[in-house]
Amino acid sequence: MAEKILEIRNLTTGFLTDNGLVKATDRVTLNLEKGQTLCVVGESGSGKSVTALSVMRLIDYAGGIIEDGQVLFNGQDLVTKRQNEMLKIRGNRITMIFQDPMSALNPVFTVGEQIAETLRTHKKLPEKEAWRQSVDMLRKVGIPSPEIRAKQYPFEMSGGMCQRVVIAMALACNPELLIADEPTTALDVTVQAQILELLSQLKTEFRMSMLLITHDMGVAAEVADRIAVMYAGAVVEEGTVSEIFNRPRHPYTIGLLRSIPGLEGERGGELYTIKGSIPPLSKVPSGCRFHPRCPYAMDVCRTNEPPLRESVSGHKAACWLDDTGEDDPRPGKPNRVETKVTIGSRPEVTHS
Amino acid sequence: MSQQPYLLEVNHVKKYFPIKTGLFNRVVGQVKAVDDVSFGIRAGETFGLVGESGCGKSTLARVLLKLKSATGGEIKFGGQDIARVGTGELRRLRQEMQIIFQDPYGSLNPRFLVKDIIGEPLRVHRRMSAKEVEDRVVELMELVGLDITRRNRYPHEFSGGQRQRIGIARAIALNPKFIVADEAVSALDVSVQSQVLNLMMKLQKDLGLTYLFIAHGLNVVRHISDRIGVMYLGKMVEVARTDDLFASPMHPYTKVLLSAIPQASPNRTKERIILQGDVPSPANPPSGCRFHTRCPFAQERCRVEEPKLETLGPDRQVACHFPL
Repeated sequence: MAEKILEIRNLTTGFLTDNGLVKATDRVTLNLEKGQTLCVVGESGSGKSVTALSVMRLIDYAGGIIEDGQVLFNGQDLVTKRQNEMLKIRGNRITMIFQDPMSALNPVFTVGEQIAETLRTHKKLPEKEAWRQSVDMLRKVGIPSPEIRAKQYPFEMSGGMCQRVVIAMALACNPELLIADEPTTALDVTVQAQILELLSQLKTEFRMSMLLITHDMGVAAEVADRIAVMYAGAVVEEGTVSEIFNRPRHPYTIGLLRSIPGLEGERGGELYTIKGSIPPLSKVPSGCRFHPRCPYAMDVCRTNEPPLRESVSGHKAACWLDDTGEDDPRPGKPNRVETKVTIGSRPEVTHS
Repeated sequence: MSQQPYLLEVNHVKKYFPIKTGLFNRVVGQVKAVDDVSFGIRAGETFGLVGESGCGKSTLARVLLKLKSATGGEIKFGGQDIARVGTGELRRLRQEMQIIFQDPYGSLNPRFLVKDIIGEPLRVHRRMSAKEVEDRVVELMELVGLDITRRNRYPHEFSGGQRQRIGIARAIALNPKFIVADEAVSALDVSVQSQVLNLMMKLQKDLGLTYLFIAHGLNVVRHISDRIGVMYLGKMVEVARTDDLFASPMHPYTKVLLSAIPQASPNRTKERIILQGDVPSPANPPSGCRFHTRCPFAQERCRVEEPKLETLGPDRQVACHFPL
């Protein structure tokens, strides 16, 4: 087993509302090995961003409360740290990039100044050296004529350029872990391709680990080593890229993959749909949270929550129908579901 | 399909926005948002329009509906030039063309009940009694799969996908022939997006609609469109049947665009062309071919001479000196 840089254990984060605590993540457990990329995928309201903000402890400022669980970063629990201790970690050893690069940058400072600030704060570099290194970082992220660009303000740059600046800032202190929350969602496809390429190249160069949050299965397929699928605040499936795409085990993952129109093969026919819509977090269904939308829901799904069970290879899924091939007696063990997926086409589910 | 007459014909349409500056709003330049675009949409087909932000696809859509007036060129809807029609006639034409917007939150009046939103076009254009409007609203809500018992509620009580259904119900209320869907499914989650796409395809079949489907999600456009037009910086660079376009793109930009899409199938290795730089500003577009600054195949001729959109095969036009 490789060394883990990040271990999230049973993380439950909620927000206080008039109707009590609403859980945005419910006992989320995730592991990230050193040098790997873990993609957290899910639709809106699945809790993926809240998970990221909880790791950074930025959720405290967003009004969230970490109710339970641990976030172990190199074995140290970040949940119990005080905010002034987090200041030394955040922006230095763990950094984050956000969806909208324009609002992540301060409009009244030049981009070079903003990168230099990070270096002065965390590395205690003198003014000149910080500036020199910030120009250097701009060059590394592929910004042409960085000496001139460093003296420009964010509004003078395009969205793709701004995202490069944000990446330069995030990597300036050579972090061990980079958290990227939808880093390419606001960008056009050709620019998205540039940024994804840049991230994977820099990940090797800086020997970082990466936690990437996205709603786009395509992006996840391209950059991830492992993928965790979240639904309504919980992880429902986790595995390697090939396991998730070729042998998905949770009906939600299967449905999600089937709903995406492909780029080749048959087109124009009726698309597969997952009936209904995502439940609001204040009304998470009982039992399995996916059961009202699941085509295979049984009685047990309505009452008992399925645990996230792990197969021998480490592929985890939380479904009563799922059979890991292991001998575990479950209440009212149902028919077995076989998922059969051919590459490039959509998965099919058959009852046997 | 190719025998069908054109419902909408667009000839050399231009839309320029003036750049004004200083105390007296002096015009110092022009943003050529749509520059000399020609194409046609046949009755009953879905024409997909793709391109990156700022390429002019939304402006083009608004010009086609005369929500913005064209700077030049000719737009024929059912044989009638919409630039020349008077106010009264335009009002009649508007009933036949409708639009569905991207943002299901911003495009519905939050102070209107859902039945009033869907019924508004009926009250504006038809002389119907309140009872008749209500009956038609119920019919429309059933058609788009909304719960009719919720017609006395406000938009904020609906989810994103349901709001988009409200927008669709409003668009089809007057039995239009032509609907522009401007990024109509782009803001929706994948599981909801497929529901709305299915609905749009079903309505097209049942009501004989013609769609102009604008989106940046190429997989979605591929699924729903019969033909696709690719725009870059205010120009139409390629028009082709969907299958032809995906099988063998002829314009370098189309090829780049297709190669850039991240695919949800990790086992396939594919050629990826990564472009250098960003989209240039439409206020100051490059000389010659507008794509030459980023084109991996650009030659001297591309820098000086602007390529025309030429027909290179059945149903296929490409604007490139050296088509692939």
